[in-house]
Amino acid sequence: MSAATALRVEDAAAHPRDAGLAITLRGLSKTFDGGAPVIRGLDLHVPAGQFVAVVGRSGCGKSTLLRLILGLEEPSAGRVSVNGGAGNGAAQSKKIMFQEPRLLPWARVADNVAVGLGREIGRAERRKRALAVLDEVGLAEKAGNWPATLSGGQRQRVALARALVSRPALLALDEPLGALDALTRIEMQAMIERIWADQGFTAILVTHDVGEAVAMADRILVVEEGAIALDVAVDVPRPRRRGDPALAELEGRILDRLLGHRA
Amino acid sequence: MADSAAIRSLPGRAHRAEAAAPLPRQPSRLPTAQLLPWLLPTLVILGWQAAASFGLVSTRFMPAPLDVAAAGWRLSQTGELWENLWVSFARAAAGFLVGGGIGLAFGLANGLSNLSEKLTDTTLQMVRNVPHLSLIPLVILWFGIDEGAKLFLVALGVFFPVYANTLHGIRSVDPQLIEMGRVYGMNRRELFWRVVLPGALPSIFVGVRYALGIMWLTLIVAETISANSGLGYMAMQAREFMLVDVVVLAILIYAALGKLADSLTRALERSCLAWNPAYRNA
Repeated sequence: MSAATALRVEDAAAHPRDAGLAITLRGLSKTFDGGAPVIRGLDLHVPAGQFVAVVGRSGCGKSTLLRLILGLEEPSAGRVSVNGGAGNGAAQSKKIMFQEPRLLPWARVADNVAVGLGREIGRAERRKRALAVLDEVGLAEKAGNWPATLSGGQRQRVALARALVSRPALLALDEPLGALDALTRIEMQAMIERIWADQGFTAILVTHDVGEAVAMADRILVVEEGAIALDVAVDVPRPRRRGDPALAELEGRILDRLLGHRA
Repeated sequence: MADSAAIRSLPGRAHRAEAAAPLPRQPSRLPTAQLLPWLLPTLVILGWQAAASFGLVSTRFMPAPLDVAAAGWRLSQTGELWENLWVSFARAAAGFLVGGGIGLAFGLANGLSNLSEKLTDTTLQMVRNVPHLSLIPLVILWFGIDEGAKLFLVALGVFFPVYANTLHGIRSVDPQLIEMGRVYGMNRRELFWRVVLPGALPSIFVGVRYALGIMWLTLIVAETISANSGLGYMAMQAREFMLVDVVVLAILIYAALGKLADSLTRALERSCLAWNPAYRNA
């Protein structure tokens, strides 16, 4: 990461993040069709602008938790309140990035990004904003391409641009880097971290890569059987260096916790 | 007739696979690349002409290409050819638009609504298994040999490939894209125009290409059996008077018209499906 980016990161950290949404979950439970509860009485508060990583084994309920926060699922019990954020309408201010890019193959890159904007915005304005955010993810020159001509990493960057184009107050990332190769992944992590620091939205990253969680997040939640088993703050200052002993120590601690229940 | 039924009953996916996997192409900088497909037809015609000229085949049953060309010239001079061609074309187009339109409408309705599919799909599948040309005697009783009979048969034949492939196309739209559209705030209308329809389009085109083939087939059979104008009628009249050259001319015109319809659809595919690597530069 360059010195300029690092400066911006500290800058953003120094100011209150009023661009983000605060999330409060109280006694949240979710059961699907009479099965065992996927989320069991979960309480959580995420302050506006925090970068939270949610880690856990497959099937622990972390993706369901994300969908509940986004309002894509109705809670069986308890409540979700998401509030705060400057200037954005509530519906427009939450965006999700999926594990797959999910781009429309029949729309050019810029039009795919514009999907993230509401219809009420005029055509010229949509295009302008799409190009601006494409520039931010380093794909300005691909605006007129079909998605089929891009590499996997580039497609995921277009998906990121689509999520960011409406300037969301909450960005949910559902294992968005899982399918990428190791190097592209590290680049994308740095890019997401930089944009997060710039824009100050609240970020929730669901991942099963503990290293990724430790490198990117302010706070890590370990979810086990639908409840929060561990809630740790990552105090390591940004920019973080890969292989930092403090990060490695934390990563080891979380992995022990995740694997411990097996042993 | 059996052929047409067999073609229609092929599963949509097979049609699709065939259309979606063109052979690797070389850059066509030389005109030879464009002329190559016509090499074989040219050789066949030359061989045919030679065989006829040297008396290897009897021109009584198989006229030489030059005779066929002469017949074409003669008939186009009198205007008979153009008139029949136009009549057949108008019938084909009307039948295609009616049948294809209804097929598209049912395909869309049944692809988008479970209720609609439950109500109509079983019935349509049963009707589909009746070879539509077997209805000719009944249709003649109903409509006589009027335009109505031809329109009905062509529309019926064209309906099923368009219906089946539209339904298949809509059903096979990536559900992840639909979820993305919903999450990103598209309403039903936007979802249809921006996600579902473009996703189903390649399959719909496959249906249209099959329908075009069935359109010609049905029309020619119908005109041959019962008509007082059109290409099929022209060929039948010629047979009565032993004008073999006109019969062969009519057959060659069918081949040319079929090729033309196919080329038009391909051009349309190329412009509508440019996003799909399988169709680009094809």
